[in-house]
Amino acid sequence: MHPIIKLVSQRFALGILLLFGASALIFGLTEALPGDAAQAVLGQSATPESLANLREEMGLDRPALTRYFEWLGGILQGDLGQSLTNKLDIAESIGKRLGNTLFLACAAAIVSVPLAIFLGLLAVRFRNRWPDKLISAITLTTVSIPEFLIGYVVVYFISVKLGWFSSLAMINDSMSFGQKLYAITLPAFVLTLVVLAQMMRMTRAAILNLMQSAYIETAELKGLTTFQVIARHAFPNAISPIVNVVMLNLAYLVVGVVVVEVVFVYPGMGQYLVDSVTKRDVPVVLACGVVFAAVYIGLNMVADIVSILANPRLRHPK
Amino acid sequence: MNEQLTHMTKQVTAGKLTRREFMGKAAALGVSAAMASTMFADAARAADPKKGGDLKIGSIGGESTNSLDPATYASQVPALNGRQFGDTLVVVSPDGSIESRLAESVEASADAKVWNFKIRQGVEFHNGKTLTSEDVLKTMQRHSDENSKSGALGIMKEIESMKADGDVFSVTLNNPNADLPYLMADYHLIIQPDGGMDNPSAGIGTGPYKLEVDEPGVRHAYSKFENYWADDGHFDSVEIIAINDSTARTAALQSGQVHLINRVEPKVAGLLGRAPGLSVQPTTGRGHYVFIMHVDTAPFDNLDLRLALKYAINREELVEKILQGYGSVGNDIPINAAYPLFDDTIPQRTFDLEKAAEHYKKSGHDGSPIVLRTSEVAFPGAVDAAQLFQQSAAAAGIPLVIEREPGDGYWSEVWNVQPFCASYWTGRPVQDQMYSTAYLSTADWNDTRWKRPEFDDMLNKAKGELDTAKRKELYSQMGRMLNEEGGIICPMFNQFIDGVSDQLAGWEPDPYDELMGGQASRKMWFA
Repeated sequence: MHPIIKLVSQRFALGILLLFGASALIFGLTEALPGDAAQAVLGQSATPESLANLREEMGLDRPALTRYFEWLGGILQGDLGQSLTNKLDIAESIGKRLGNTLFLACAAAIVSVPLAIFLGLLAVRFRNRWPDKLISAITLTTVSIPEFLIGYVVVYFISVKLGWFSSLAMINDSMSFGQKLYAITLPAFVLTLVVLAQMMRMTRAAILNLMQSAYIETAELKGLTTFQVIARHAFPNAISPIVNVVMLNLAYLVVGVVVVEVVFVYPGMGQYLVDSVTKRDVPVVLACGVVFAAVYIGLNMVADIVSILANPRLRHPK
Repeated sequence: MNEQLTHMTKQVTAGKLTRREFMGKAAALGVSAAMASTMFADAARAADPKKGGDLKIGSIGGESTNSLDPATYASQVPALNGRQFGDTLVVVSPDGSIESRLAESVEASADAKVWNFKIRQGVEFHNGKTLTSEDVLKTMQRHSDENSKSGALGIMKEIESMKADGDVFSVTLNNPNADLPYLMADYHLIIQPDGGMDNPSAGIGTGPYKLEVDEPGVRHAYSKFENYWADDGHFDSVEIIAINDSTARTAALQSGQVHLINRVEPKVAGLLGRAPGLSVQPTTGRGHYVFIMHVDTAPFDNLDLRLALKYAINREELVEKILQGYGSVGNDIPINAAYPLFDDTIPQRTFDLEKAAEHYKKSGHDGSPIVLRTSEVAFPGAVDAAQLFQQSAAAAGIPLVIEREPGDGYWSEVWNVQPFCASYWTGRPVQDQMYSTAYLSTADWNDTRWKRPEFDDMLNKAKGELDTAKRKELYSQMGRMLNEEGGIICPMFNQFIDGVSDQLAGWEPDPYDELMGGQASRKMWFA
């Protein structure tokens, strides 16, 4: 077997194992939280009878392990089950939410990843001169401000004062692709500002690091322009660290944007997970947790594989 | 017509100027009486509800976990949903009287034990079925049988038996209760076809708007139901958008993406009110913020210690700093002037450090710290309020210690469990219901452990008392008793603060709940 295929399948198997571990951990932690779904649903209006009745209806009167293995059995057959609180099919609800989350993440990624890399290259090209300093200053500022504050500032000026874009990023099936893009402009903009700095700084650092190497000096001596040196000789060798940080940021765009979702009232996965944790809706928490874990594991796997492919020494091991 | 006159006619249309005021002002401007009279009639006619338009409401309290099953309603968006697609038998009108909805009329036997609700004929459900008394019976059964998980289960316990006979639904009670119709106005008790026995979360009712989109925690869209039985419900469509973040809610109202919002934060209400194109509407309700002590647990079983704490709280300061003036001081009873039969002669307890110190000394408390548990979820500003309380208590020599609890799990682990904590009550339409819910010895939510046979006796006597003067006297005695001895420290009653776009007309404050008792989409219209 080709070593790369072997490596990928090993990673894949490990990833699946990791997912099971994650689901058990999430289940254990949600069980450890005070209260349960019945109590959370009834809230202040709970009476001992209504609590008991609701627990029985939700099946919460059975032991925790039984419930976990039932859930596991279901998921192995591709059945995510029903929400405890509103009886809706989880797969259907998650499908919609995950679609929205991926849509927003993709929009932000399509803008931010090329922009970050381009700005990083630009910063290297003009290192320690004003374009470098300006780029660093702006991106470091936006990454340092909490995202809800950027969100509010953007909403106040662009939406309330100027009225250019909607402050509610509500999207639904009846909207055309263009309308959807228009609706998510502001959250995508805010997310871009949030993730830009880390990717740009990494690109800059990785390439600057290589610029000290002897082969770069050789390339310069044979008369290549600075940009050619960066693009042909430095960048390919810097791919590995850049891909790693890009994947981390993509994962963040999928799993970590609940604050932006709240500010822009965007119907994504984050809000769904937070609501479900609050209401102790264990099957939904598990399903969301597994999806998030899968995204993280998957993207990290992609980063590893790309690093290997980009590195001839790893590609052709002796 | 000059500018001032135009402005005045607009005010008439918006219902802000009476005929008398208009005529007076018009005369001052030199308009003849006949002319002014015609102008007033025209402007007032413009105030007739206009049909049409798409209403958007931005509301707090929408979660992905919400269901349309009325038995599970516990937050704002679900309760609003119920008001769109469904009807209750009766509702409480803004003046506190009972208004008929699906029950055309209500009659009680002389002893207030048997109640007959005459069910309106020719009312159609959204699935085409016609409403019968059988549907009403099944609905009530679903909320009251032993398998029920309904939020209304507590109030259904008083019912001994129910039956449906022709167009009459009748209820027989264990004990007389003159306020039964108020219990039937509870927002959980939405009449569903077949009582919702087969599919409780279908969202089918007899309301003015038919469910189109149900995305819990995101939005709920409704369209006008063509065969709706009443003449309110003026919009073509209604959309309820869950906006839990308060800044996002005010931004949505300001940028015109929604027409109505609830829960404007007191600290921004003043500023928001100055923004163009909208108004901020505070409504005095029956909700109140409390610090509750278990009267059966040391050290709170000592009356002097309770009184010391009651005197040591600066109510005016709390109203000013926590509610920003959007509210009024409480008097250590859960009742205020928004309740029918309120006795305003019960002396108001004032902030009195000398009396507090005196009672504290008399209580003989050993000086060990008194733990007060609080959390942001107890009520908005509960942590700050507890700190203010701590400061003023310290001035009287009372050592309060604040323990800040996580919001998550507060209602299951702290409230009604720990002996001294912060909490809130949304209030009930009548005194009987408020007292029965939380101050009756046997009440599940007796969160002050107030168990006094003589109090229970008065409450039961008042329940069956149809003579309002005698009832008022009983409630007054109960209020005085609770004010003096109870475990409730009630520093303030909060107002509901809603934001309303100027495009809408027909706003009317309703102490029952925010957004006109949840009925803004039925009663308002586009101007």
